[in-house]
Amino acid sequence: MSSIKDRVIGIIAEQAVLDPSDVTMDSTLEDLGIDSLGLVESIFAIEEEFDISVPFNANEPEASDFDISSVASIVAGIEKLIKEQS
Amino acid sequence: MKRVVITGAGTINALGHNVPDTLQAMREGRCGIGELEFRDVDRLSIRIGGQVRGYDPEDRFNRQQLALYDRFTQFTLIAAREAISQAGLVFSGELAARAGVVLGNSGGGMTTLDENYRSVYEDGKNRVHPFVVPKLMNNAAASHVSMEFNLKGPSFTVSTACASSNHAMAQAFQMVHGGMTPVMITGGSESMLCFGGVKAWEGLRVMSKDGCRPFSANRNGMVQGEGAGIFVFEEYEHARARGAEIMAEVAGYAMSSDAADIVMPSKQGASRAIKGALADARLNLTDVGYINAHGTGTAANDKTESAAVADVFGAHADRLMISSTKSMHGHLIGGTGAVELLACIMAVRDGVIAPTIGYEELDPECALDVVPNEAREADVNVALSNAFAFGGLNAVLALKRFT
Repeated sequence: MSSIKDRVIGIIAEQAVLDPSDVTMDSTLEDLGIDSLGLVESIFAIEEEFDISVPFNANEPEASDFDISSVASIVAGIEKLIKEQS
Repeated sequence: MKRVVITGAGTINALGHNVPDTLQAMREGRCGIGELEFRDVDRLSIRIGGQVRGYDPEDRFNRQQLALYDRFTQFTLIAAREAISQAGLVFSGELAARAGVVLGNSGGGMTTLDENYRSVYEDGKNRVHPFVVPKLMNNAAASHVSMEFNLKGPSFTVSTACASSNHAMAQAFQMVHGGMTPVMITGGSESMLCFGGVKAWEGLRVMSKDGCRPFSANRNGMVQGEGAGIFVFEEYEHARARGAEIMAEVAGYAMSSDAADIVMPSKQGASRAIKGALADARLNLTDVGYINAHGTGTAANDKTESAAVADVFGAHADRLMISSTKSMHGHLIGGTGAVELLACIMAVRDGVIAPTIGYEELDPECALDVVPNEAREADVNVALSNAFAFGGLNAVLALKRFT
């Protein structure tokens, strides 16, 4: 099975309509052209993929511990949630 | 063009089961939002809402009626009975032939859908009640009002999400204003507070888990409500001739479409609707003393709405009051503009401005006088009611003190 990182990149790439090789760890969602709706959709896809619950409220993205500032921070957040929720 | 006045109002919502109780609650800045109570609520992450409490449908309707009335229809009829009884109108002959009912609604019979989906999908049943369709259709409420009160003129339901009621009332206003009919019943209703209804909203991640705090820097989303608001819009000469008590005058309206984004609001779209309503009502910026805000308590709406108001009113933006009563009754989606029009009537008729409760911290991006936490007495001649829907469809109404 591919790594968490590769699976997250796959989801983000699909949302951004890009090839996974174009999504780097330091890309921001903005760089990739993912807007607020795209973000909410990506989080849903991530929750479904890993069977986890991501504490994210679109009104206060900074209030949850889930850091969406880059692909790397998203991957790190998901790794943490998987550990906590498994 | 004919002048249009309001000669009756009715409601049921989380703040009260009629208009006097609702206005009293708004004066006191009472919060109608609490823990949701319905089946499977433990499977939701959002568990608060402005539910109608202490309500037993069997006190108001008989068994045959309840087989046909979803909760949104029940609320509509309760509010319509109050409004039409206050107006003292009986519809017969020529008046019945011309008067109609235009209502706003977004979700239709959500409870009916939820219960019947559960029955066929979860319980595996293969048979549903014969009235599922006539019970859940969005126009059921308007149709039952037409039947109960013998309204045979133009009747339909308008569905523009959170602006449904304002679009409906604008349409009813236009019909009376243009002379098509002397009386229209209008307003709207909603009842989405069931498992499937809240679950769907949860998915969008814009709901608050702990409260509705419009314009406050620590706001974190919207909270849903339920209920109905119904009004009698009547041509002024018709009302005067029969000695009807006039609550307020509907001065004008405007509608606009952002043509931009399916969920994000637009300052330009909102500004155009506000400006348009003033132009339609032939009012100056400085005439406006109060705005009942759309004020959903989401990050996006409140800052966009504040910017639109600042933009349209310039220096006068700092002199007018703007409050969101959603902080008390929650967001009634398709019925919200109707319940909120009550706050506008209270402003121009009684000189009482309903507060924005739950206000805790100044947000520099919403730096208007939001009437924080306590109602205020003020002499207001003109009030606006804003509604900016998902899908970018906006409708603003202008209400004037009747003189």
